[in-house]
Amino acid sequence: MTSLLVPTLTARWDEPDSFTLEAYRRAGGYQALPKALGMDQGEVIQAVKDSGLRGRGGAGFPTGVKWGFIPQGDGKPHYLVVNADESEPGTCKDIPLMLATPHALVEGAVIAAYAIRANRAFIYVRGEVLHVLRRVHHAVAEAYQAGYLGANILDSGFDLDVTVHAGAGAYECGEETALLDSLEGFRGQPRLKPPFPAIAGLYACPTVVNNVESIASVPYILRHGAAAFAALGTEKSKGFGIFSLTGHVATPGQYEAPLGVTLRELLEEAGGVRAGHSLKFWTPGGSSTPIFTDEHLDVPLDFEGVAAAGSMLGTRALQIFDDTTCVVRATLRWTEFYQHESCGKCTPCREGTYWMVRVLDRLDRGQGTEEDLEKLLDICDNIGGRAFCAFGDGAISPVVSSIKYFRDEYIEHFKRGGCPFDPAAATAWADGGQ
Amino acid sequence: MPFSNEVLARLDAEAAGIIGRYPRSRSALLPLLHLVQSEEGYVSDDGIAFCARHLGLTEAEVSAVLSFYTMYKRRPVGEYHVGVCTNTLCAIMGGDQILAGLREHLGVTDDEPTGDGKVSLEHVECNAACDYAPVVMVNWEFFDNMTPDSARQLVDGLRAGKDVAPSRGAPRLVTWKQAGRILAGFPDDQATGGDTAGQPTLAGLRIAREHGWTPEDAE
Repeated sequence: MTSLLVPTLTARWDEPDSFTLEAYRRAGGYQALPKALGMDQGEVIQAVKDSGLRGRGGAGFPTGVKWGFIPQGDGKPHYLVVNADESEPGTCKDIPLMLATPHALVEGAVIAAYAIRANRAFIYVRGEVLHVLRRVHHAVAEAYQAGYLGANILDSGFDLDVTVHAGAGAYECGEETALLDSLEGFRGQPRLKPPFPAIAGLYACPTVVNNVESIASVPYILRHGAAAFAALGTEKSKGFGIFSLTGHVATPGQYEAPLGVTLRELLEEAGGVRAGHSLKFWTPGGSSTPIFTDEHLDVPLDFEGVAAAGSMLGTRALQIFDDTTCVVRATLRWTEFYQHESCGKCTPCREGTYWMVRVLDRLDRGQGTEEDLEKLLDICDNIGGRAFCAFGDGAISPVVSSIKYFRDEYIEHFKRGGCPFDPAAATAWADGGQ
Repeated sequence: MPFSNEVLARLDAEAAGIIGRYPRSRSALLPLLHLVQSEEGYVSDDGIAFCARHLGLTEAEVSAVLSFYTMYKRRPVGEYHVGVCTNTLCAIMGGDQILAGLREHLGVTDDEPTGDGKVSLEHVECNAACDYAPVVMVNWEFFDNMTPDSARQLVDGLRAGKDVAPSRGAPRLVTWKQAGRILAGFPDDQATGGDTAGQPTLAGLRIAREHGWTPEDAE
């Protein structure tokens, strides 16, 4: 029998004390750490390379390769920074992971820090999640007490100190170089790359920035072997990942599956789109990834499959919108978000998102013209690829893709002089739901 | 209002502890801003001066940083700060109606406290709880699957001083100022309280169990 869902990181989330050191150890936790500390650093990096693990924060860069970029014997301090600033609209996997099993993150961080020869690590948690901060602080304190953090960890001679750092509300800080600026006490704005963080990161020292889920996958790889991880998934997208099904779906939630699973398969398990309605559009990996429609139900959700179909796997944030949803309104709201969160550093992104909101608002109210669609696409053309970071590319994704698939719906708005949809019909409580 | 000598002595000691967590002192700026906000409920001019003095920065440098981040407030907000997610998914699932209803019910605009100082309101961006949409945050704790009615009851309960517990996470709600202390890196004693996950978080796990699915069988 082939398992469609493979609970690994999520396997213990329903145990009432899963966030404690005791529960994590009961489940085999902290067995990967002594194994890793008994290996040469290069061997640990090789194991992660062999597993095929690619960054789970959206970009999909091979994690072991990233670690391998850290220079050795350069005499500078090295740093590990965990990106726990989960903020991409639709993305909601790292927050439950840290609430339920923060020790998976801590154990992975110790192994990663050892591999890149870092003696300091930072966990940058977005600020707007108090209980996650409590749980991560608690796990770090327990790990210190048990000798998994601090000086001479498990008599290996390796030292690691971890600082839990709370952000203060800025989506842009999820971008790795903006996160580093923020962690240095500045406004969270991106840096020009190169140099990449592996050469000049935190305090201009070699730094690895990894997503929570990437780091939490590392203990599994060390404990069960790179081959066990690589046995799952597809040729170039190995292993498992957490898929977040949200919106107009019968059973929203977290579904951990091998990469390459399709939305059709996941929806089948989740009871489908909510009763009486059909799928209209969806995001494969958050709002920064171009939307898909019901044509894309069988696209393999791995890095290559989604890219070949014109979008990006991103964070596997599958936001499902049914036939009650106005695509113009959805696009306007996403664009308002990008305008609000643009850090302002690059003119095309700062000014472009501002003007796109004005044009989309006019279109949503039925006061636009067909020329506005060309204007929007022209603005997108002037933002895409013209900013320091990927924010600008993300901001244009919903605009370009919604016009591509739903041009007629935009036109319908100005033909009718208003929105043809009733917002009440799209709510969670419509149709007597909830 | 300037800090009293007693408060200042405590804040000075805590600031030194925060700065000690980092290889370079300026990294302590965000937690120091959370710290001064936890004292006054917002970042006052005195709070800015305090951060500047501890880090050897100018007040302009501190202001330039704090104005970038939406969690810092330059004016007092309510004892309970209510954030309604109106990013696309929550907005469409009903967040727009929840926010409009609360604005009308409370008669306040963004970040403006009610006359009794109990509640303030803000529209927030995606708070990473989309499987519980529409989502409302109070002092950065989760209130899941809200409706206009349940949101109204929530703020009425907060104003009436009733015990209000988040849907997930902490067993009891802390005040806006107390939340600031946790953000500054001084967690309270609630880490081991509360559940590990709500039902949507466990949806895939439950289905996998019903089928007897494991990672080994997927190879």
